[in-house]
Amino acid sequence: MTDKKPEPQKNWNLESLEDGRMVLNMGPSHPAMHGIVRVLLTVQGERVAASDVEIGYLHRGFEKTCENVTYNQCVPYTDRLNYVSPFINNVGFALAVEKLMGIETPARCQYIRVIMSELSRLTDHLTCIGANAMELSAFTVYFYLINAREALYKLTDSAAGGRITPAYTRVGGLTRDLPPDFKKNAAETLKIVRRNLADAGALLTRNRIFYDRLHNTGHISKEDAIALSFTGPALRSTGVPLDVRKATPYLVYDRFDFDIPVGSNGDNYDRYLVRMEEMQQSIRIVEQALAQLPDGPVNHPDFGVSLPPKKEVYENIEALMAHFKLTFEGVKPPKGEVYQAVEGGNGEVGFYLVSDGTGKPWRLRVRPPCFSLTGGLSQMIQGGYIADIVSTFGQINMIGGELER
Amino acid sequence: MNSYLLDTIKGKFPGEVLDTHAFRGDETVVIKKEALLKAAAFLRDELGFDFLMDLTAADYLPREPRYELVCHFYSSRHNYRLRLKCPVEGTDPKVASLTSLWAGANWFEREVYDMFGLMFEGHPDLRRILMYDGFEGHPLRKDYPLKKRQPRLAHRD
Repeated sequence: MTDKKPEPQKNWNLESLEDGRMVLNMGPSHPAMHGIVRVLLTVQGERVAASDVEIGYLHRGFEKTCENVTYNQCVPYTDRLNYVSPFINNVGFALAVEKLMGIETPARCQYIRVIMSELSRLTDHLTCIGANAMELSAFTVYFYLINAREALYKLTDSAAGGRITPAYTRVGGLTRDLPPDFKKNAAETLKIVRRNLADAGALLTRNRIFYDRLHNTGHISKEDAIALSFTGPALRSTGVPLDVRKATPYLVYDRFDFDIPVGSNGDNYDRYLVRMEEMQQSIRIVEQALAQLPDGPVNHPDFGVSLPPKKEVYENIEALMAHFKLTFEGVKPPKGEVYQAVEGGNGEVGFYLVSDGTGKPWRLRVRPPCFSLTGGLSQMIQGGYIADIVSTFGQINMIGGELER
Repeated sequence: MNSYLLDTIKGKFPGEVLDTHAFRGDETVVIKKEALLKAAAFLRDELGFDFLMDLTAADYLPREPRYELVCHFYSSRHNYRLRLKCPVEGTDPKVASLTSLWAGANWFEREVYDMFGLMFEGHPDLRRILMYDGFEGHPLRKDYPLKKRQPRLAHRD
């Protein structure tokens, strides 16, 4: 180890380390770095004196790819942004294109999108807390929470036909309606989720070790969080009650009764509590939405937006032409630009879309919430222990897919 | 278009605002790039836009000025959004950095530099973020071919 030459870095002046500080490489192949982030630490004993977060190991060129395919062909790519809450990305993208076209989907479609988004938020938070607990060596909790997540995956799988990559939305609607026994299955699944959440909460929330690992670590102040463009649980843990679902309601979120939990301390423990409470609120929303779920079509009736039914295609020349045009050229929004924000698991997921009037987006930009969060990681771990990086990094819930697109 | 917000900004920067519109309800101001920093500071300090939600760029290749820097602001006090754009010329594209106003602009601007090659004046640490050192070109430019190959780099120890 000692004879290995340290790699010279642009911002790291190795000569200045004569004072006893040490340069330490954490990641990208480190179990707590979730595979794809490298943190170059300068440590003074056990304390982090400075750090440089390096990303870019999972860049796939999402935005460039989407400029070369039709709008509906972008949908499967959006699954792969945040792959633990894929429905939220699907919905955000569909809403952005619909806003650009100036259309609104039928009520049933909007309710289903809300239900799927909230189930996705549950899977997102379950993964985050489960993985975080596991990294802090609470392995049992991980299985409780992943068990709940698996039940949710089964439920969403029954509707969309995919566990992690459902590609459920289309511009102007959905790929298919909910299966007939969805309501019954959802009630049973939510019961499993509730029980597992109660178990995990009982094991973690008042657990001395877990509390000590999370409390007062990864602290960030309200002002810093705002300056760093934080959103989602990380921002709400500092006491800012900003949630896109409440602030600028999209879909039918204004018809449900739910609360926005906020923290006060801006540390990892508050982030954990905010996530735990948000899951309860998501369950509330899903139950209300299932109770209110109206009947009717799920797709926009205009054949210029969504595919006509197969029977029509075989019997009607107009529908056949629409089918052909939609498949080959795609929907054609008018010239213009829109920004559509939805509340993802980690914060605001924004889609900035520029259309030049053709069937392919001229520019599609995703505002990934954990890009800002990972950008603020250096500040959050500054001065703390090396071991606390694990809990902080776990609680910002960095998802490589959306971080690097 | 009668929007209080757009009128206020137009009144404050009469010579610098190039265009305003509110397509689909997204209020947008296009401003000369020389006034970008001034306008952003005005938005943050006087109008309460405390969040820089997003900062990105777009390439409109045959057009000149070729690039457009796009900032999305959000005001948590007024629950209001605004898009601020400024055109940037194609040869030697340079624009002022917003890092002095929002620390979060740091990574956003590094990404724009990486993807479009826009230089941000006053950025503390402008280097590639998603691509690696030694990558040739800027992939989100419209003249960068979709399947372009990159030269092989020598193995590093």
